Amino acid sequence: MTLRSLVLGTLVFLLVAAMAPTLPVWLVSLATIALANALVVLGLIILWRAGLVPFGQALFYAVGAYSVALITRYTSLRDVLVLIAAGAVLSCFTAFLAGFLLARYREIFFAMLSLAMSMILYGVLVKTETLGSTDGFGVEPPTYIGYAPQGRMHLLMLFWLVLAFCAVAALLVSLYFRSVAGALAVPVRDSEIRLEFLGISVNRLIHLNLVIAGTLAGIGGALAALSIEHVDPNMSYWTTSGGFVFVMVLAGAGSVAAAFVGSFVFELLKSIAYDILPGTWQMFLGAALLLTILFLPEGIGSLFARLRRRRQRQSMSATP
Amino acid sequence: MGVAVVLTAFAIVTDGLVYAAYLFLVAVGLTLIFGVMKILNVTHGSFYAFGAYGAAIAVGVYFDRGLPAAGGFLLMVLVAMAIGLVLGLILERGLLRLVYGKDEVVVVLVTYAAFLILEDVIQLIWGANSYALYQPLGVVGNVDVGPLVLSGYDIGLVAFAGLLAVAASFALKHTRWGRLLTVVIFDRELAAAFGINVSLVYTITFVIGAMLGALGGATMAPKIAVTLGIGVEVIVLAFAVVAIGGMGSVEGAFLGALIVGECRAAAVHLAPQIELFVIYAVMALVLVLRPQGLFTRAQPRKI
Repeated sequence: MTLRSLVLGTLVFLLVAAMAPTLPVWLVSLATIALANALVVLGLIILWRAGLVPFGQALFYAVGAYSVALITRYTSLRDVLVLIAAGAVLSCFTAFLAGFLLARYREIFFAMLSLAMSMILYGVLVKTETLGSTDGFGVEPPTYIGYAPQGRMHLLMLFWLVLAFCAVAALLVSLYFRSVAGALAVPVRDSEIRLEFLGISVNRLIHLNLVIAGTLAGIGGALAALSIEHVDPNMSYWTTSGGFVFVMVLAGAGSVAAAFVGSFVFELLKSIAYDILPGTWQMFLGAALLLTILFLPEGIGSLFARLRRRRQRQSMSATP
Repeated sequence: MGVAVVLTAFAIVTDGLVYAAYLFLVAVGLTLIFGVMKILNVTHGSFYAFGAYGAAIAVGVYFDRGLPAAGGFLLMVLVAMAIGLVLGLILERGLLRLVYGKDEVVVVLVTYAAFLILEDVIQLIWGANSYALYQPLGVVGNVDVGPLVLSGYDIGLVAFAGLLAVAASFALKHTRWGRLLTVVIFDRELAAAFGINVSLVYTITFVIGAMLGALGGATMAPKIAVTLGIGVEVIVLAFAVVAIGGMGSVEGAFLGALIVGECRAAAVHLAPQIELFVIYAVMALVLVLRPQGLFTRAQPRKI
C-alpha cells in the first residue's frame, strides 16, 4: 500500500463518516448493509487471489450472525464489541476446523465441499426449534459501552461502527497482501507444484487464507445481524453465498477498495431494480453479472486501473 | 413389535427408492453435461422448473379433455424434450459458446447469471400462481402392500429411472454417438485431433442434458406444487448427488441417488429433525473420503 492510497483512504473514510448525519435514512441503512457484506467479499477476494471460489461462504456469515443473535436472545450481554467479538471468534474457530478439510481441495471440488458445509448448517438451523427454525428470530439492539442510542442515532452509531470495522479491515488486508504469505497467493493460483518444490506448504497457506476469509465473513455476518435486527436460515443458504460471489465478480480481485465499491454498487442496483422492476429484479441482476463477466472480466476495480494506465500513456506521449 | 419394525424398514426402502428415482432424474443430465463439457450447470434448476411448468399445463389440459391416459404420459416426455431442445440450444449457442475456454468457476457464474434471468422469465410467462397436476396420480391409482399403500405413479417413476440409467449407460458404452462422447469425456483435445467435431458434440450434449433436466421436472410435476423457486432447491440436491457419485459419471449419479435417497428416507422415518442435514452430511463425508466422488477414473497429475 502506497502512502498515497493510505491518505486517500483516510480522507474518504472521514468524509463518509462526516456526511452520514446529513444523508437520508434509507441510504444510511443501505450503506450499513453494503459495508457489512463488503467484509465478506473482502474475504472472498483473498481466496480468489489463490484461485479459490467458495460457494459456501454463507456458512461463516451465518455463524457470525447467529452468534450475535443467540447471545442477545439468551443472555443479557448487549455491548456491541462483545457481540461482534463473539461472532468473530466463533466464525474464526469454525473456519479453522473447516479449513483442515477444505484446504485439501481445489477448483470445483473446493466450491462443492464448502457448499455442502454451508448446507449442513442450513439443515441444522431450519430443523432446530431453539435456533429459531425456518423463521429465525429477532436481534435486540446493542449498547455502545453502556450508551444505548435511540431512533436515528441508533442507525448512525451502527453505521459508524461498521465503517470503522471496514477501515480497519481494509488496512489490515492491504498489509496482508504486501506480506510474504499474502504475496504467495498468486503463485498458488499459477503453479502449486512450483511452490511445493520451493518448500512451501500450499495447504497451510490456503488454510491461513480460509481462516482470514472466514473471520471476515463472521464479522460481516455479526454486523449484518445487528443492522437487519433479524436472523434466519436463509443467511446460510447457497443463494446467499452465490450473492457474495456475484459481488466479488462485480468488484474484481484487483484491489481492496473494489470490494467496498462493488458491494455498495450491488446493494444500490438491487434496491433500484427492486423499486423499478419489482417482478424482474433477478433478471436485471443476472444481466448485470453476465455483462460484467463478458465485458469487464476483471471487475469494476479494473476500470480504475485502466484509467490510470491511460493517463500514464498520455503523459508519456506528451513528453517526447 | 417385529411387524412394526419390518413395516418401517419396508417403508424406508420404498420411500428411499422413490426419492432416489427423483434424484437420479434430476442429476443425470447435470452429470452428463459436466462429464463432457466440464461445466457445472446451475441453469439445470431452470430446466427442471420449465419442464415442471410445461408438463403441468400441457398435460393438465390433455387430461381435462378426457383423452386416453397413455398419451398423457407420452405428452409429458415430448413436452420435456421440446423445452430442453429450445432452452438448451438458446443457452449453448447464444451464451456458453462465448465463454468456452474460460476458467471453470467463471463458467459456473455465467450459468448462475442465466439461472437468475430464467427465474424471472418463468415468473413473466406463468405468473406467481401455483399449478397442480393431479390427474396422472389418479389415473394410475394405488397398489396395496399389506397395510401400506404405494402410489402406482411412484412405482412407475422408479421403473422409469432404472430404465433411463440402463439406457444411458448402454448408449454411452455401445452406440457410435455414445462412444464419441466417451472419447470427448476422456480427452477433449485428443478427440478433436482425431477429427471429432467437438463443438457439435458439445451442443448435442448440452441439449440432451437440458432435455433430461426438463424431463426430471415434467415427471415430478404430478407430485409437487409447481410454483416459483422450485429450481433453487433442486440445484443443490443434484449437485450433492453428482458430487457423491463422481462428476461426469452416470453410474455414479445412480449410486449417489440411491445413497442419498435411502439416507433421507431413513432420516424422515427415524429422526425427522436431521432430514435436510443428512443429505449434505453424506456429501461432505464422501468428499472427505473420496475427494473426487465414488466413480472417477485416475487423473494424471499435470504440471
